[in-house]
Amino acid sequence: MKETIFRKPASFYDTYERKGGANPDVTHYCPGCGHGILHKLIAEAMDDFDINKKTILISPVGCSVFAYYYFDCSNIQAAHGRAPAVATGAKRANPNSVLISYQGDGDLAGIGGNEILQAANRGENISVFFVNNAIYGMTGGQMAPTTLVGQRTTTCPRGRSPENEGFPLKMCELISTLGAPVYVERVALTDAKHIMKARKAVRKALQAQLDGKGFAFVEALSACPTGWKVPADQANRWIEEMMEPVFPLGVYKDETAERAERQPVHVELSAEELVKALAIPTGEEKPSFERGKSWLRNPEIKVAGFGGQGVLLLGVSLAQAAMKAGYHTTWLPSYGPEMRGGTANCHVRISEERIGSPVVQESDVLIAFNGPSIEKFAHLVKPGGLILYDSSLVDGAIERSDVTVYGIPFTKTAEETLGNVRTANFIAMGAFIVTSGGLLDEAVVKSILPLVIKRKNMIEINERAIGEGMRLAREAMGTG
Amino acid sequence: MAKVFIKGNEAVVKGALLAGCKAYYGYPITPASEIAEGAALYFQPAGSTFLQAESEIGAINMVYGAASVGIRVMTASSSPGISLKMEGISYAAGSELPCVIVDISRGGPGLGNIAPEQGDYNQIVKGGGHGNYQLIVLAPNCAQEMCDLTMLAFELADKYRNPVVVLADGFIGQMMEPVEFPEPVTEFPAKPWAAGGTPETYKNLITSIDLDPDDLERHINHLYAKYAEVEANEIRYEEYHSEDADLVCVAFGVVSRILQSAIDMARAEGKKVGMLRPITLWPFPEKKLSELAAQGKQFLVVELNKGQMVHDVRLAVKHSVPVGSYGRVGGNVPTLKELYEQILVHLEGV
Repeated sequence: MKETIFRKPASFYDTYERKGGANPDVTHYCPGCGHGILHKLIAEAMDDFDINKKTILISPVGCSVFAYYYFDCSNIQAAHGRAPAVATGAKRANPNSVLISYQGDGDLAGIGGNEILQAANRGENISVFFVNNAIYGMTGGQMAPTTLVGQRTTTCPRGRSPENEGFPLKMCELISTLGAPVYVERVALTDAKHIMKARKAVRKALQAQLDGKGFAFVEALSACPTGWKVPADQANRWIEEMMEPVFPLGVYKDETAERAERQPVHVELSAEELVKALAIPTGEEKPSFERGKSWLRNPEIKVAGFGGQGVLLLGVSLAQAAMKAGYHTTWLPSYGPEMRGGTANCHVRISEERIGSPVVQESDVLIAFNGPSIEKFAHLVKPGGLILYDSSLVDGAIERSDVTVYGIPFTKTAEETLGNVRTANFIAMGAFIVTSGGLLDEAVVKSILPLVIKRKNMIEINERAIGEGMRLAREAMGTG
Repeated sequence: MAKVFIKGNEAVVKGALLAGCKAYYGYPITPASEIAEGAALYFQPAGSTFLQAESEIGAINMVYGAASVGIRVMTASSSPGISLKMEGISYAAGSELPCVIVDISRGGPGLGNIAPEQGDYNQIVKGGGHGNYQLIVLAPNCAQEMCDLTMLAFELADKYRNPVVVLADGFIGQMMEPVEFPEPVTEFPAKPWAAGGTPETYKNLITSIDLDPDDLERHINHLYAKYAEVEANEIRYEEYHSEDADLVCVAFGVVSRILQSAIDMARAEGKKVGMLRPITLWPFPEKKLSELAAQGKQFLVVELNKGQMVHDVRLAVKHSVPVGSYGRVGGNVPTLKELYEQILVHLEGV
C-alpha cells in the first residue's frame, strides 16, 4: 500500500527560527486566518517550480509583516504600502530573480495605493498576492479601504458609512483597467474547491513572471475571524455571503497567452566603454596658451542680456576657453531672485589662482546685450574695468568715465553681415578677445566651438562671427 | 583623464556611474531635476537602470529594494522631496542598506522657493526620519567634489552598510567648473548579506523590525558601534589659512566659496582670519574645532539658514570661546562684501 507523507512544502523552513518563542513550529497567524493557506499555496508553487533559491519575497506591514519567518528564500521586509516600489528596485536589480510582493488590504489599497497602481501600470515583471480581509488585522481591527458598507470596525464603530468613509475599493477592477498588467484574478480562500482555484491562480501569476510577461495580480478574499469577531467555523460563510457580492470572484484580465516576453536589456560595459559612454575625453591636454599677456588680471566677468540672445552660451564659452588655456574658471547662471527683471545673465571668473566665490557682484568686465543689463550692471563695473555693449540695441551714452566702454553693433552685424542674428554672442566674443588684450587668444576660443555649439553646421559661421567681432573691436579702438 | 567643463549636477551623474552605480530612481524637483535628467541621459547607455518613480516615496523605496539585492543605487532630490523620502531613509538606515542620496537643498519651510538654502542641515545631519540612526553626510563645494564625493559616498555606503547623503545647494549644482574625472571603479566589495534571489544569498533577510526590546536595543547598539567607527575613520575637512588665524570661519557649500574670497580680502589687509570647512558634516570635525578653540581662536559660523550647524560648533568647542553666527535665508546668498564686513565685525571681538 502506498504511503502518503504529509509534510510542509520544502520552500517553508522546517522550524521557524526567526519566529522563535515557545512554539517555533507553528505560524503566528490566528486560527481560521487565510494567510496560512495562501502562504502554503505559494510555497508549494515555489517547490514545484524549483524557484526558492531565486525568489525574493517582500513582506509588507500588516499581519504578514513576518512572512519572512516562513519562506526559505531571499526576504526583504518593506515599509507600509511600499512593497511594489521595493519589488521594482529589487527585480530590476536582479531580473533573473522571481519577485513576490505580498500585501494586505490596508497596505496595498490604503497607504500604498499609489505604489501598487504605478507598479502595475509600468507592468513590472513581478507577482503580487493581495490578501483582502476587509479589515486591519495586525493593529486590532480598524477599518480597511476594503471594509464593507455597514461593517463595524474599531474605527467605524457604527458601521462603514459611504457618506463618511466612501465605498470599498475594488482593486482587481481598478488594476484590470490598466494597459500593462497581464493577469488579474480574484479568488477566495474558503472551501477546497475555491482553494484549488486559488492554487491555480498563484501558479499562473508566477508562471507569467517566469515567462517574462509582466505584472500579475491575485487578490485573495481571506478570513479574519479575530478582526471580524466571527467564529472561525463561520468565517468562510461570511466571505461568501458578505464579501463575494461586493468583490466578485473571477479572472478580470488574462493576456498571458498573447503577450510577448519582455526581454530585460542587459548591457555590460568595460571601463573604456563606460568612459566613452559618459563622453569623458581621455588623455592629457596641455594648455597651449601663454598666460598673462592681458591688462586684465583674474577678471570677474558679467554677461547679460535678454533670454535667447546666447548670453549663457557666451559665458560658458569664455570659461571653456579659459579652462583650455590653463586658467581656473567658474561659470554660474543667474539664479534665484536675480532672475527677476527680464535679464538673463551669468557670472564668469577666470583666474590664475584657485577661485573662491563664483558670484560676480562687482565685475571687471560687463558684456551687455540690452538696455536693462546696462541699467542693472553698468554701475557695478569696477573702476578701470571694461564694458562692451550692443550698440544696435542700447540707446544713449553710458555715464562712466572711469571705465573703458566700447559700443559695438553685435546684433546688427549678426543680421546684416552674417545673416544670422544668433551669431551676435560670438561677435561679442571676438570683441572681447581684442579689447581684453589677449586674455584668451583667438585659436583657443575657436578650438572650443565644437564643444559648445551643438549644431555642427553653425560652427563655421560662428568662427566668422568671432573674426567680425575682432575687426569691429579693432576699429572701435582705433587700431583697425 | 582630461578636464571637462561641466555642471556640478552632471558631475554627480558621471561620478556615480564611474563608481559603478547600477540604478537611479528619482522624481523631478527644482533645483535637482538636472541630476535626474542627466541620469536619464547616461544611465541606460552605461548599462544601468534609470526610472522616474511615481513619487519621492516610490523612488526611495525602489532604492531600498535595489540596495537590498546588493547593487550600488542612488536617488537625488531637493529639500521638500527629501522630507518625503525620510521614511525610506530611516528604514534603509535601520536595515543597514548602502545607498546614496543627493540633496540639492532649497528654500523652506514648506514649498519655500527654489533658491539655494542650507535649511536641510538639521534634517539631514540630525536625522529627519524616526528612530536612532545616523547618516554619513558629505558636503561638496565645487564641481570636482560633486564628482569625487559622490564616488566616495558609494564607497562609504558599502563600507559601513549605511545610507550616505551628498548635501549640496543650487549654486554648487548649477555652477560649471573644470572637472577631472577619475578612472572607473572596477573592484567592488562583496555583499554576502544581500537578499539577492541567488543561490548564495537566498537565506538572507533584509529587515528593520525587531519586536523584542532587547533585540532592538542590541541592533541599535550595533548601529552606534558602527557610527563610532565612522567617526574614528572618516572625518574630512579643509583648512584655509586657519593656522595663524585669530578668527576661524566655519562654513560648507557655496558659503565656503564666498568666504574664501572674503578671507583673501581680509588677509590682503593683514587680518588674521581663516576657515575650517567641514567636508563631512557627519562625522563632524569636532576634535579639530576643539583643538583650534584650545589655541584661543574664535569662530564665526556662516550658513544659509537661521543657525543650525553653529550649534555643533558650539558643542565642539564646549562654549569655551565665542562662536558667532551669521545666516541668510530665503534663497539670499551673502555677498562677498557682506561677509568681509561680518569678518571685520567679529574680529573686533577677538
